[in-house]
Amino acid sequence: MSQTALLTVENLSMRFGGVVAVNDVSFTAYEREITAIIGPNGAGKTTVFNCLTGFYRPSAGNLVLTHDGRSFRLERLQGHRIARDAGVARTFQNVRLFAGMTVLENLVVAQHAELTRASYYNFGGLLGLKSYREAERAAIARAREWLDLIGLTARADEVAGNLPYGAQRRLEIVRAMCTGPRLLCVDEPAAGLNPHESADLARFLVSIRDRFGIGVLLIEHDMSVVMGISDHVVVLNYGEKIADGAPGDVRHDPTVIAAYLGEDEEA
Amino acid sequence: MMGGAQRFKDAALTALVALALAFPLLGFRTTDIGDGFITRFSWVAIATAATFGGRLLLGLVPQRFRLHQYAARYTALPQGKAVTLAAAALILFAILLPISPFGSRRTIDLATLALIYVILGWGLNVVVGLAGLLDLGYVAFYAVGAYSFALAAEWYGLSFWEMLPIAGMISAMAGILLGLPVLRLRGDYLAIVTLGFGEIVRIVINNWSAVTNGPNGIGDIPRPTVFGMPIAAGAPEGVTTFNHFFDIAYDPLQRLIWLYYVCLAAALVINWFSLRIRRLPVGRAWEALREDEIACRALGLNPHTIKLTAFATGAMIGGFAGAIFAAKQGFISPESFNFQESATVVSIVVLGGMGSQLGIALAAVILATLPEFGRELAQYRMLFFGAAMVAIMIWRPRGLFTVRAPSVRLDQP
Repeated sequence: MSQTALLTVENLSMRFGGVVAVNDVSFTAYEREITAIIGPNGAGKTTVFNCLTGFYRPSAGNLVLTHDGRSFRLERLQGHRIARDAGVARTFQNVRLFAGMTVLENLVVAQHAELTRASYYNFGGLLGLKSYREAERAAIARAREWLDLIGLTARADEVAGNLPYGAQRRLEIVRAMCTGPRLLCVDEPAAGLNPHESADLARFLVSIRDRFGIGVLLIEHDMSVVMGISDHVVVLNYGEKIADGAPGDVRHDPTVIAAYLGEDEEA
Repeated sequence: MMGGAQRFKDAALTALVALALAFPLLGFRTTDIGDGFITRFSWVAIATAATFGGRLLLGLVPQRFRLHQYAARYTALPQGKAVTLAAAALILFAILLPISPFGSRRTIDLATLALIYVILGWGLNVVVGLAGLLDLGYVAFYAVGAYSFALAAEWYGLSFWEMLPIAGMISAMAGILLGLPVLRLRGDYLAIVTLGFGEIVRIVINNWSAVTNGPNGIGDIPRPTVFGMPIAAGAPEGVTTFNHFFDIAYDPLQRLIWLYYVCLAAALVINWFSLRIRRLPVGRAWEALREDEIACRALGLNPHTIKLTAFATGAMIGGFAGAIFAAKQGFISPESFNFQESATVVSIVVLGGMGSQLGIALAAVILATLPEFGRELAQYRMLFFGAAMVAIMIWRPRGLFTVRAPSVRLDQP
């Protein structure tokens, strides 16, 4: 299978005052692949995510997303346009659902752009045009498919904040998928889950990748998840890339072992 | 259960607070003889002792006889279908009010004022209740609506019906004008800036005498006509009055009743609009913004657009209310648009339960009419008003109606 580059990160640097959080990092993520970014705490993984999704403006470097013959310079796009136009969706380390709204509403909000168009920028919807009612029905149907997939259909009309933690994590991923992304960035999806739930989640991510042919960028500390499902692993330490390759190779890389377990004094 | 010593300490603390309050408030009374004031320290002593004794006695009442914990349980407000029924009953009552036995001049006037507050409450609800943006200067849009109608009537002779939509649009533009500089602000900072905006608008109106006639205000604002026919005893040549057309004798009460119905119709339209817009993408985006702005951005929603539409929509509704207010009063001056009004409307939204149409309508009626019912209490009226508000908040700490109806359900047709 030939690999098609989806995201190319070139010489990305992010400085906060004198602190260099990410220093000259380059890597490529491919379509239909799960690319894991791992590293010890404070290695700069989430900073890379925040640069990719427009929450930080990188100090230097290029972030190029290419799909369907179009390319987007993420470092130049406004935050919401990265999600809407370039098709990059993300989840957060600490789950950020719309806690006071229902499970279904969370998924319908994620289809905002499409519904806005169908409602002629809300004016048509206000007049009760058929196109909007149909689009809303379609949005609900799409949400239902996703809820069936994660087993939350029965709780669709419950307030999202009342769901158990594991379900909230799954819902957040599904909500990101409802925006119709080409690149899904998930930040520590297995944090706080038990081994059984983590394994489920890993299978779920693989099924998303295969079914929608999208690229997945994964930050994760749970090595069983990372090694089990990643096609490609990028290792960061102190803001610098120290390894990049297949999971099996990275696992035996001496620099990676040193970063995780500490340097041997005599080495 | 508190022990004896603890109860004594609690009562003593309460008495201390009472003393601190009573000393300046009861202890001195201004007169026009002697030093200009007389002291009444015996009153202070009585008040403090009464508070101490009362608190001590209250502490003796066993927990299970305390009333307020039962209040919420046994006075459940309607939910689900019952809300629709209650709303329908309220609307029917509102329609029949002028022809009912209560339909006196005073009640209709009061009911019109209450309806204006209902509209204001629903308007601010878009900004505060749905979008979660605390706006303490809402009165600015009310003023912009009122003054745009009054000035357009004075300069260009435009009628109420011509100016009502335009006043709404001008206010919406003022909303965007306020929204632009505060796009990056949240919470307390936003509240301060909006508070300032409200004051700026009032002060500009007060001082820009060449245009607004300053503190003297603008009078002779035309009343709403009945499909082009004024309600009047006599009319200039070529104008058919409502009374002439239907051949009924003129009564000043007719004008009041018509205005009441105009206001009621406006309120119903705005209610329909608010219920509908909650189910549109922009309405859901407002609520999503209230819940989590960062998540909104990550899902491709533009927080700036969402905020501006919320400010504009809320301001537009405030502008409608302003135009109706100007038509009702026939005279407006900057005094009508002080911070007190903003505070009242925020209280209405909070008291009613943020996001609840029915709750806000009830709260608006209560807050607008309560001071009137208390007229017999003369100088203790505001004390009564404050006590009533405290009582409501003890009864329902999160507002009258707190159950949020989802904007969309899975099993709907």
